[in-house]
Amino acid sequence: MHALDALSLARWQFGITTVYHFIMVPLTIGLSMLVAWFHTRWYRHGDEADLRLTKFFGKLFLINFAMGVVTGIVQEFQFGMNWSVYSRFVGDVFGAPLAMEALVAFFLESTFLGLWIFGWGRLSPRLHLATIWAAAIGTWLSAYFIVAANSWMQHPVGASYNPDTGRAELNDIVAVLTNSTTLAAYPHVISGAVLTAAVFVAGISAWQLIRRHPSDVDRRGFRRAMRLGLWVTIVAGIGLAVSGHFQTRLMFEQQPMKMAAAEALCETEEGAGLSVFAIGDVSQECDVRSLVIPGLVSFLATDDFNATIPGVIDTQAQYQELFGPGDYRPNLVVTYWSFRAMIGIGLVSVFAATAALIWLRVKETMPTSVWAGRLAIAVIFTPFVGNAAGWIFTEMGRQPWVVAPNLAGDLEIRLLTADAVSTSVAGWTVLISMVTFTLVYGALGVIELILLKRYVEAGPDAAVAGILAGDDGDGGSTADDDQPPGPEDRDDWPDGSPPSNESDDAERLVFAY
Amino acid sequence: MELTTFWFATIAVLWIGYFFLEGFDFGVGMLLHPLGRNDAERRVMINTIGPVWDGNEVWLLTAGGAMFAAFPNWYATLFSGFYLPLFLILLALIFRGVAFEYRGKIDNPRWRARWDLAIAVGSWVPAVLWGVAFANIVRGVPIDANGDFTGTLFTLLNPFGLLGGVVTATLFILHGANFLSLKTVGDVRQRANRVAQAAAPVAVVGGGAFLLWNQLERGSGWTWVPVVATAAALVIGTIAGRRELEGIAFIATGVAIAGAVISLFGSLYPDVMPSTTDPAYSLTVENASSTDYTLRVMTGVAVVMTPIVLLYQGWTYWVFRKRIGPQHLPAPPRPFVHS
Repeated sequence: MHALDALSLARWQFGITTVYHFIMVPLTIGLSMLVAWFHTRWYRHGDEADLRLTKFFGKLFLINFAMGVVTGIVQEFQFGMNWSVYSRFVGDVFGAPLAMEALVAFFLESTFLGLWIFGWGRLSPRLHLATIWAAAIGTWLSAYFIVAANSWMQHPVGASYNPDTGRAELNDIVAVLTNSTTLAAYPHVISGAVLTAAVFVAGISAWQLIRRHPSDVDRRGFRRAMRLGLWVTIVAGIGLAVSGHFQTRLMFEQQPMKMAAAEALCETEEGAGLSVFAIGDVSQECDVRSLVIPGLVSFLATDDFNATIPGVIDTQAQYQELFGPGDYRPNLVVTYWSFRAMIGIGLVSVFAATAALIWLRVKETMPTSVWAGRLAIAVIFTPFVGNAAGWIFTEMGRQPWVVAPNLAGDLEIRLLTADAVSTSVAGWTVLISMVTFTLVYGALGVIELILLKRYVEAGPDAAVAGILAGDDGDGGSTADDDQPPGPEDRDDWPDGSPPSNESDDAERLVFAY
Repeated sequence: MELTTFWFATIAVLWIGYFFLEGFDFGVGMLLHPLGRNDAERRVMINTIGPVWDGNEVWLLTAGGAMFAAFPNWYATLFSGFYLPLFLILLALIFRGVAFEYRGKIDNPRWRARWDLAIAVGSWVPAVLWGVAFANIVRGVPIDANGDFTGTLFTLLNPFGLLGGVVTATLFILHGANFLSLKTVGDVRQRANRVAQAAAPVAVVGGGAFLLWNQLERGSGWTWVPVVATAAALVIGTIAGRRELEGIAFIATGVAIAGAVISLFGSLYPDVMPSTTDPAYSLTVENASSTDYTLRVMTGVAVVMTPIVLLYQGWTYWVFRKRIGPQHLPAPPRPFVHS
């Protein structure tokens, strides 16, 4: 495969744009729920600490959400742009969940988030609270349709191959939406998203408490948020382990090659163990796996420590028999290490949360050192790496297929990635788009990180004020210096009755961009 | 009616929804610098669409998703064939979307000026390119026996395609100006009115010429109806604008946009993407479509969900119906200088 052909470039572009998009997505999914939770607490108990948490984490949520939205459009377009053969082959099945996602989930999420952002002071408190929940539900629904679409590529069901049209055709939408692969993957993806957001909230709250000496009201809020974040991290971690186990069992049944590739298991083994790491090239030599925990792979795959797990060599032979000559092995180096990175890095935050809770129980006071603060921030990054590793594993483990054959289904529904790329798009065209997206995403990623950092450092005061002072400190805004100062308590709102919309007097908006 | 025809019409409706709604978003962005003379005025303009632009953009995702689901061959040929224009549209939408959200996050004139530029350019590029793309879909492009586009970027830059780009850009400016004069008070409103007055004749002449050209080459009998309706709406809108009947003027440009899309789709049918190489290679509602089963499933989803979406999106516009001016912006915050 030439490094600059349209196929490799299209694969790199898909990998880069998807991994990047999925930096924002899990935080959006998880944080929408946690912000809705703070907002709900404030609505019910009226504690200002909860309002400030809502605004503070709400601001961070929106900075992140914007990037998720704009990078999401690329995802829908590039199936057709770079993978037109794929689109023709699967469109009858695969297009439906994508269209449903837009109609059922995206509209809900985008419309109600707009209402939430601008609804302060314009909607009744109860209605305003409902909008953030509607937006949060939208993000959760949207994840379901995307996971369903992806699961169909891992394990095509509810469709049959039509030799006349040369494509997969849908015959049971319910089967597609209740694919066993989806039912296992969705809780896994959601647990990962909730974990990501919980670590984010706990880490930032801890950092604020350690480094910023917040006011009494913010100390109360951040303590509450930190404890919530820590406990949710542990619950989500358990959710990841349980759903991951169900996924492994399905993977063993449905994608035996991916199962073998996860462990880089050359030979079929009875009571196959799970290695913690390997020294050497797992794709070249068979016995480089180290620190093997006996029987664990067999147990994860079948609930039986002694079960036989087919190795890569035997599975390759079986695939050749079924699908003709060819190399049906994924890139074992990538699958082996991404599987370990997913689990290992995922465990870091769960251990950190457990340690933090034990510390709080034993010491009953926050640490004060600079390093404790840095550690709290550093842990925030680990779930993002774990999420990326998980997707890289599941997508690279499916290779060389873009639609992996369902061994218990219609074997004609299968498509090699190499055959799926657009035939009419020249390599240089994909090169331009891949390089540009990478550079633009990189630059915007830096801007997002800087904004997040500055809003985190500024704390709830800046989020409540709505804007940060610029670097060159010109103070107020340029044009409206002649405006009279606003009321001191601008985050207040009329309870119950929104301001009359007909009046044309200079009643100020509570929120504006 | 055949389900394929129903879905062809549904996709036309989704594009109408998209161009109607994001059309004025684009117009606001394109007029950001000419109409917004200072930061407060630009903020006012951005805030007229602030709560709704993201929901409006979902119409594009829905139109794209519906094409993928209902006409996979159309989706595949169009998106791979019109690669570079779509790539530029994506970049524009990325910068524009981020700009709305990030512009107000740091109180620094240079920071805001850069994002303002992103909003303006990010609105101009798609406003022109969507017109070029749709003109070429209707006009036909070289497509081979496999359904693959065999032209280049320059194939798309023919006179009809370029006129299409000018027409969408003009229509969106007019639509955006009418929207702004409906949603703002004070200087921005006055200036928007003047821009609408200036843009209206251009839209009538340009849009009229474009649709007439298309009608004479490809139209059928009934597609005269949307052509005439578009022209009538533009004239009525112009008169209404002169008399400061801003609501009617805005609805009129919306009707004109809908009429233009209907006349284009109407002249396209039953093709979805004609081939200039050989008419036998043209993609049609029959050979580009999904199976009857998939179309029935999608029909069920669309029939249930579309009214719900329209209802809550309409409600959003009701919530944010109030006109705004610089005096309504939140007072300049005591800027928070972090230590």
